[in-house]
Amino acid sequence: MEWLQQLINGISLGSIYALIALGYTMVYGIIKLINFAHGEVFMVGSFIGFISISVWGLGFFPALLLSMTACAIFGVLIERIAYKRLRNATRIAALITAIGVSLLIQNGVIYIRGAQPAAYPDVFANTSYNFFGAQISSQAILILSVSVALMLILQFIVHKTKIGKAMRAVSHDAEAAKLMGINVDNIISATFAIGSALAGAAGVIFGVYYTKIDPLMGVIPGVKAFVAAVLGGIGIIPGAMVGGLVLGVVETVVSALGFSLWRDAAAFIILILILIFRPAGIFGKNTREKV
Amino acid sequence: MVNDPLLQVKGVGIQFGGLKAVSNFNLKINQGELIGLIGPNGAGKTTSFNLLTGVYAPTEGEILFDGKRINGLPPFKVTQRGISRTFQNIRLFNELSVIDNVKVAYHSLAKHSVLSSILRLPSHFSGEKEMEKKAMEFLKIFELDKYKDEDAKNLPYGKQRRLEIARALAAAPRLLLLDEPAAGMNPQETKDLMELIAFVRKEFNLSILLIEHDMNLVMGICERIYVLDHGVLLAEGTPEEIRNNPKVIEAYLGEEVHDEHA
Amino acid sequence: MKKSKQFWPFIGSAIAAYAVIQLLISMGILDDFYSNILIFMSINIILAVSLHLIIGITGQFSLGHAGFLAVGAYISAIVTMKLDLPFPVAILLAGIMATLAGLVVGIPSLRLRGDYLAIATLGFAEIIRIIFLNIDYVGGAAGMQVTHMTTWTYAFVCLFVTILVIVNFTNSRHGRACISVRENEIAADAMGINTTYYKVMAFAIGAFFAGVAGALYAHNFYIIQPQNFGFLKSIDILVYVVLGGLGSLSGAVVATVLLTIVSTFLQDYPETRMIIYSLVLIIVMLYRPKGLMGTMEITDYFKLWRSWKGDKQHGK
Repeated sequence: MEWLQQLINGISLGSIYALIALGYTMVYGIIKLINFAHGEVFMVGSFIGFISISVWGLGFFPALLLSMTACAIFGVLIERIAYKRLRNATRIAALITAIGVSLLIQNGVIYIRGAQPAAYPDVFANTSYNFFGAQISSQAILILSVSVALMLILQFIVHKTKIGKAMRAVSHDAEAAKLMGINVDNIISATFAIGSALAGAAGVIFGVYYTKIDPLMGVIPGVKAFVAAVLGGIGIIPGAMVGGLVLGVVETVVSALGFSLWRDAAAFIILILILIFRPAGIFGKNTREKV
Repeated sequence: MVNDPLLQVKGVGIQFGGLKAVSNFNLKINQGELIGLIGPNGAGKTTSFNLLTGVYAPTEGEILFDGKRINGLPPFKVTQRGISRTFQNIRLFNELSVIDNVKVAYHSLAKHSVLSSILRLPSHFSGEKEMEKKAMEFLKIFELDKYKDEDAKNLPYGKQRRLEIARALAAAPRLLLLDEPAAGMNPQETKDLMELIAFVRKEFNLSILLIEHDMNLVMGICERIYVLDHGVLLAEGTPEEIRNNPKVIEAYLGEEVHDEHA
Repeated sequence: MKKSKQFWPFIGSAIAAYAVIQLLISMGILDDFYSNILIFMSINIILAVSLHLIIGITGQFSLGHAGFLAVGAYISAIVTMKLDLPFPVAILLAGIMATLAGLVVGIPSLRLRGDYLAIATLGFAEIIRIIFLNIDYVGGAAGMQVTHMTTWTYAFVCLFVTILVIVNFTNSRHGRACISVRENEIAADAMGINTTYYKVMAFAIGAFFAGVAGALYAHNFYIIQPQNFGFLKSIDILVYVVLGGLGSLSGAVVATVLLTIVSTFLQDYPETRMIIYSLVLIIVMLYRPKGLMGTMEITDYFKLWRSWKGDKQHGK
C-alpha cells in the first residue's frame, strides 16, 4: 500500500502545482507572456494567509478568501503597472520585465520582513484516515477538495459566464474581440485577477500542508507550475490541471525511489523533453510560423 | 541534357492538417525563361514558393532542380543549389546596414573559415574584401550604393524592395523567385523595377519565376504564365492564351464579385 | 576594412591599461580590495561578453549562462585540486568542457525560439547544477575547496582574448550570419545561411568563454558550491547584457563595469542589490527596451561625433 500512499502524496502536491499552473496558462493564453512573477503572487498569498490566521485569528476559509481577494488585486496591479505597456513589445522584453517583477517582489518581501522562514499555524486537527492501508491526512483531503472545488468554479466561469466567453474570445483573437466590442484591457485584468486568486489559494493550502513558508518559496513551485502548464499544453486550462497532477506524481515517485536530490531535475528533464519533442504539450496542437 | 528544364515540379502538393493548400502542382521552367505565377488571393502562390524553396516539405510529388531532387532539403541548401527568393512581406535584416544585407547573401560563396576570422589570417582579409567588392557591384546595379552604410530599416519602402532583390541576386541564383516585387509601388517605380528585372535577367543569365497581382505587368513581361486557384493549377500558357482562357476569366471575375460583397 | 584600423589601437590601449594596473598593484598603490574588484570585473565582463554573443548577436535568448560557468568552475577545480595540473591547463579544459555543455544546450535552440528557448536553457542550467549537487567527488552540496590562483594577469589575459575573439568573430561573415539569424531567421535561411550551424556555434563559443570565466571564478574564491550557480547567477549576467543594450558589446562592458561597482558597495545588502537589479531590468525594458546603447558600439558614437563636428565646420 506504499504506492497508494505515494500516489496520494503526489496528487496533493500536484494539485498545488495545478492551481498555480492555471494562472500561468491563462495569462499565457491571453497575452503570450510567461508571467514569471506568478510564483511570487503564490508566495504573497501564502503570507497573507499566514498573517490572517496567526495574527488576526481568522479560520481557514476566511483566510483563504482574504488571500484570494488580496492576490487578485495584487495580480491586477502587477499587470497594470508593469505589463500593460508591454503589449506591443517583443516577447523577450516582456519576459525580462516579468523576471524583474519577480525578483522585485521576492526581495521587497525580504527587505520588509527578512528572509527567515515562518511556521504556519495549525488550523485543523491533523487526523488521519486509513484508506486501504494508506494513511490519508485530513489535510490531504482538504487540499484535494478545495483544489477540485476551485477548478470546477474556474471551469464554470470560463465556459458559462459572459466574462469567461470574452476571455476565450480575446485569447483566440484579441484584435477581432476588440472589434466585437469586448474591452480587451478589462478582460486581461480579469484573467490576471482570477489566475492570481488561484495562486493565492495555492499559497494558503501550501502553508497549511507543508507548514513552512519563506520569501523564496515561490521560485521552485512557480517554475514547476510553469513546467506543468507547458506539459499540459500552455494556454489550455484542463492541460494545466492534468500537467500539475502528472508532475506532482512523477516527483513523488522519483523521491520514493530514493532519488530525492534529483527530484527537481525530473521536472526540468520533463520540460526539456516536452519542449523539444512536443512543444504544444499533451493537449495542444502544433502550429508553425507563417512565412 | 542541354534541353532539360532547369526546374521541374511534378505533382507537388502539401496538406496542413486536413487542408490541401496546394495539390498536384506541375511547373516547368527552362533556362533563361521569365515565368509568371498568378491567381486570386489565397490561391496558394506563396505556399508554392515555400515548397520550391524548402520552407515546407511537400507531402506529395517531387521537385527537380537541374535534374536533381531538391524536395526535403532545408531552405539554405536549396539556396546554395541556386534558387533564391524575395518575400511578399519584406524580410530584410533591419539592423544591418544595406551593404551587410547583401554580404549575408554572399556568405556561402565566401570561403574563409571561422578560425581565419578569429585569428585575422590573410584569408579573412581577402575574403572580406571580395565580399565588399561583390556587394558594392550589386548595390550599384540597384542604385543603392549611396545608402550602403544606412540601416536597412531606414530605407524608403520602394528601395527596401529593391534591396531585397539585390540581396537575393547576391546569393548567385540560377533561378530567382520574386514574390510580388512591385507590391505597394507606384506605377513609375513599378515600371523602373520591371526594366531592372529584365536587365538583371540578361546580365546574370537568370531564370525568373514571378508572383504578381498587377495583371498588365505580368502579361507585359512574362513569356509563359501559370494560373493557380484554390491550390490547383487552373491554366498554363502564353499571356495571350491566358487572357482568353474562360476558366481564368471566371476565377478572376468570381473574385471581383466576391470583393464587391466584402 | 575600417574595423581592422581599430585593431592596433585596441591592442595598444589594452596592453597599456594592463601595464599601468599591474604596476600600481606591484607598487602596492592598489591594495587587495581594489585588485579583487578588478579581477571580479574582468570575470563579469567575460561572462557578459560571452552571453552577448548568444543573445545580443545571434538572438538566442539563453537564461542558462550560469550552467556553463558552473561547468568551467567545477572542471577547473578538479583539474587543479584533484589532478594537480597547472592553472592554465585548468582554464583551457574548463573552456573545452563548457563548450561541450554549450553544444548540448544549443541543440534545443534548433527547435525552440524566444521565450520557450529561454525556459529550456534555464532548465538545462538547473539540471547541470543538480548534477554537481549529486556528485560526491566534487563535494555535493557542501562544495569543493579551491586554492586561490586567479591573479590580475590571468584575469586580464583571459578578458583580452575573450574580447578579441568575439569582436573578430562578430566583424566577419560569420558574425554577420549570426546577426542575420537574430534579425530574421527565415530570411537568413533563404539567403543560404545554415542557421542551425551558427546558432550552435554561438552557443559553443559563448559557453567556452563562460567556462573560462568559471575557472577564474572558482580560483578567485576558496570554495565553490552548487548554489553559487543557480538561476539568479544567470540573471546577474543577463542584467549586464540587457542594460548595456542587446547587440552592443561595448554597452555590455560599460554596464558590467557600472553594476560590478554598484554591487561591490552593496555587498552587505544583498536584498538592496537585487531590488536595484530588478528595477534596472523593469525600467530598462519599459522605457528603453534596447538598453543603454541599443546595437550601437562606442566607436559608432565616435564616428557620429566626428561627422557632426565635420558638418559644423562645413557650416562655418
